[in-house]
Amino acid sequence: MKLQVFRTAAIGRALRPNVWDAAALFLVIGAMVLIVYGGEQTVAPLSELERTPVSLDPANLPLYALRTVLRMLLAIVCSTVFTFIYAAIAAKSRRAEMVMIPLLDILQSVPILGFLTFTVVFFMNLFPGQVLGAELASVFAIFTSQTWNMTFSMYQSMRNVPKDLEEATQSFHLSGWQRFWRLDVPFAMPGLIWNAMMSMSGGWFFVVASEAITVGNTTVTLPGVGSYVALAIQQQDLPAIIYAILAMLLVIVAYDQLLFRPIIAWADKFRFEQTASGDPPTSWMLDLFRRTRALRAVTLPFSAINRAVSNLRISLPRLRPSADSKSQPSRLIDGVWLALVLAGTAYAAWLTYHYLSASLGLPDVLIAIRDGLITLLRVIILISLATLIWVPIGVWIGLRPKLAERIQPLAQFLAAFPANLAFPVFVVAIVRFKLNANVWLSPLMILGTQWYILFNVIAGASAFPTDLREAAGSFHLGGWRWWTRVILPGIFPYYITGAITASGGSWNASIVAEVASWGDTHLNATGLGAYIAGATEAGDFPRVVLGIATMCILVTLFNRLVWRPLYALGERRLRLG
Amino acid sequence: MLDQPSALIDIRGVCRSFPKGSGEQLLVLEKVDLTIRSGEIVGLLGRSGSGKSTLLRIIAGLVTPSSGSATCRGETIVGPPNGVAMVFQSFALFPWLTVLQNVELGLEALGVESAERRKRALVAIDLIGLDGFESAFPKELSGGMRQRVGFARALVVHPDLLLMDEPFSALDVLTAETLRTDLIDLWIEGRLPIESVLMVTHNIEEAVLMCDRVLVFSSNPGRVATEIKVELPHPRNRLDTYFRQLVDNIYARMTQRAEPRAPTIEGIPGTGIGMTLHHVSSNVLSGLIETLAAPPYRGHADLPVLASQLQFEADEILHLGESLQLLRFAQLSEGDLMLTEAGTRFAHLETDARKKLFAEHLITYVPVMGLIRRVLDERPSHTAPAARFRNELEDYMSEDYADETLKTVVSWGRYAELFAYDEQSEMFSLENP
Repeated sequence: MKLQVFRTAAIGRALRPNVWDAAALFLVIGAMVLIVYGGEQTVAPLSELERTPVSLDPANLPLYALRTVLRMLLAIVCSTVFTFIYAAIAAKSRRAEMVMIPLLDILQSVPILGFLTFTVVFFMNLFPGQVLGAELASVFAIFTSQTWNMTFSMYQSMRNVPKDLEEATQSFHLSGWQRFWRLDVPFAMPGLIWNAMMSMSGGWFFVVASEAITVGNTTVTLPGVGSYVALAIQQQDLPAIIYAILAMLLVIVAYDQLLFRPIIAWADKFRFEQTASGDPPTSWMLDLFRRTRALRAVTLPFSAINRAVSNLRISLPRLRPSADSKSQPSRLIDGVWLALVLAGTAYAAWLTYHYLSASLGLPDVLIAIRDGLITLLRVIILISLATLIWVPIGVWIGLRPKLAERIQPLAQFLAAFPANLAFPVFVVAIVRFKLNANVWLSPLMILGTQWYILFNVIAGASAFPTDLREAAGSFHLGGWRWWTRVILPGIFPYYITGAITASGGSWNASIVAEVASWGDTHLNATGLGAYIAGATEAGDFPRVVLGIATMCILVTLFNRLVWRPLYALGERRLRLG
Repeated sequence: MLDQPSALIDIRGVCRSFPKGSGEQLLVLEKVDLTIRSGEIVGLLGRSGSGKSTLLRIIAGLVTPSSGSATCRGETIVGPPNGVAMVFQSFALFPWLTVLQNVELGLEALGVESAERRKRALVAIDLIGLDGFESAFPKELSGGMRQRVGFARALVVHPDLLLMDEPFSALDVLTAETLRTDLIDLWIEGRLPIESVLMVTHNIEEAVLMCDRVLVFSSNPGRVATEIKVELPHPRNRLDTYFRQLVDNIYARMTQRAEPRAPTIEGIPGTGIGMTLHHVSSNVLSGLIETLAAPPYRGHADLPVLASQLQFEADEILHLGESLQLLRFAQLSEGDLMLTEAGTRFAHLETDARKKLFAEHLITYVPVMGLIRRVLDERPSHTAPAARFRNELEDYMSEDYADETLKTVVSWGRYAELFAYDEQSEMFSLENP
């Protein structure tokens, strides 16, 4: 983290420790020790896992939580590195962009949990007999859940860098490398951080889901909160599940307070506004660091390294010719490139067909599509229900600033909480009251994602201009007319953003929500999620591929035909200010 | 200073064209010659779209010329040349860097080591009057202070040539004037670490106040219409008779070529369907007609006087004048704006009658308006998509200009109640809701 380095005063006193030093120092050393400890565990041989199986003793929970957190950290680091590289290439090279951006769009809608099947096998083979392979598979699952929207955001920022700043970097002879660190990255920072936060929220869900994996007859249980819960389900231990939920609550609060809030407060300076913002975000953690002289001194080498790295005279090729350069891109090379891409696509399609047709027939495809449509129906009904419930509540809260201030963090927190930890509680109820699984398992899909709708609506209602509200009041607009003419159009863009996230999350959740178990009782709802989950458990790879492909296509179609036009409408017509 | 005139920048027969919407090329700069020697401030003065900014960017190495030669100290300009620094209209400061970091940026790129960098940056900050603000972020500063950072950032690399792209046009009148005087003071005291300055502006008084030579550009395509030497000693007085004469003279030259265009000649950019319309609100047009008709002007105004009274830039008042001239409500000549008979009549009419008169003039004198109305009348559905007209416009102009022209068409057409336009479906229609 690069803190503000330059100060004219305070020279000479900079190294004398102050009151805050002790606290901050312990935080740093503690974090280091934890990371090293967790890291040591991951390189242990796989047999170690069998010797010390996951136990339900609550005393072990802090350590399990630590392992879970480290996986998350590693994944976010990987996601960030990937984002920088992928987005930079896509933004700088026109030909790469033609392939990379649509690819990204599809990858966004791939059900990550379906992925696990392949990645576990792959990574286990990469590091045979070591925990590392399973760990990496888990990290990779989280990575795939986080990285796409971050990459998208970075790419869009890089394409929208203000022209005058671009000209300034050129005019002052900044190299491509310098420009990347001095202009592209800082400009992309606010969007990137927001998306990283959204990704983290989603990520907890997957980290929990990926810790206890069964593929065919291989079962890997990585120590973590997720595997703890899986064991608790097996042993029908409801108190253990409650402990796990509490541990997770603490972890998310700590993550938010110790990592994300400071980063957001720090990144406020990257917001591309020429005027000071009214109410900048604050963080006690960042204040702690800024007030701590010795710690600030510790950060100095880091900023020096940061500077040195960004000033390395590495000349990156200027791949994208500036828009007004004279040279026209060569048609011939374009043609060759297009042909290559088409050939690659055709080969991949043929390969997929060949693989699938070897063991599956048309009836299988029809079953997958039928199940897909059932899950689609679930998603639509659930989003509609959540809308009916949360939009009025969100508006009511959002229009009361005092209340919104208190509720908003709670809603964001609930969105981040991995809902799959709470599934058993519901499953117990379903089992006990003998409810219909097809109906009552469905709400689990939206348990964790409905909060996106709520907090976006709250944000929209809070941002609704007071003068418009007053105008509506003075014209005696009330009741139904007030909803349809005033507030609903006002919050529409926010609502759509929330609903898109919620619907994407629900598709993913269907894989763990449509099948549930409690001890020996197994509940099964018909749907594409259950189809994929079943195929994964049976190690039936062709069916897994078919299920994932079907879900991909459905999600992409649904996004293109429903969400994107709505989003465009909201941005074009209803964005206030 | 002019004893040993060595050419710093030499521009010979430079042309530059950009692709139009239709795929053809639109010429924005035609055969421009320019030499910048050591020790002078040269101004490029012209209307927006006259290619003066493009010329500046060619010299800055940000745009390559389509033909002709551009050299800096005898070397062909490929990419930003060494010894040339730029000040931007929008400041172009990095909001996440402090004032000091912004100023140091150019030196970092040159690989100057950090102690030297700090020293030079502080000197530049000191020189430009920013001391005390080193650790501030740009968003904490006022516009004038921000542009000072822009100047310090350019000066710190000790460029031979300082390029300024309308550096004062984003500032308010008072701030701009302070900054101009400060800069000129430093220049005549010889304290600026630069040899020459090239500035782009559309403010006539600013050019006369600061420059030793002013190149007046004409539009469509951009060409150097005339070169004016300003042989007044600094500091110059705006109220000086010779100063006023020069300003009037330049106003006259800039309005000279703006003869009424024949709407019948098609195929030539700027006439017929291909006429570029600048968006001017019908409210402003009516207001200007009323002002012109009322005392003290009584139908006849001197442009510089009118501009200063209405607080318009030269460029803006010329746009307004040209729009009125296009609609035959007024006549521009020799730096004066005179109401026509129709204009006088318009000033004394009620709202509905004004709309009717405006509509008549639109149909008669703006070919694209006539075309849209004709198409709408002929079609049985009385509707037509905007794309149909956009395509036609893009045969003559760039996409940006087609955009602006269409926007103008919609806004004037709505005022005149000639047709309706639905923004969502992008359709013109004859419906009158």
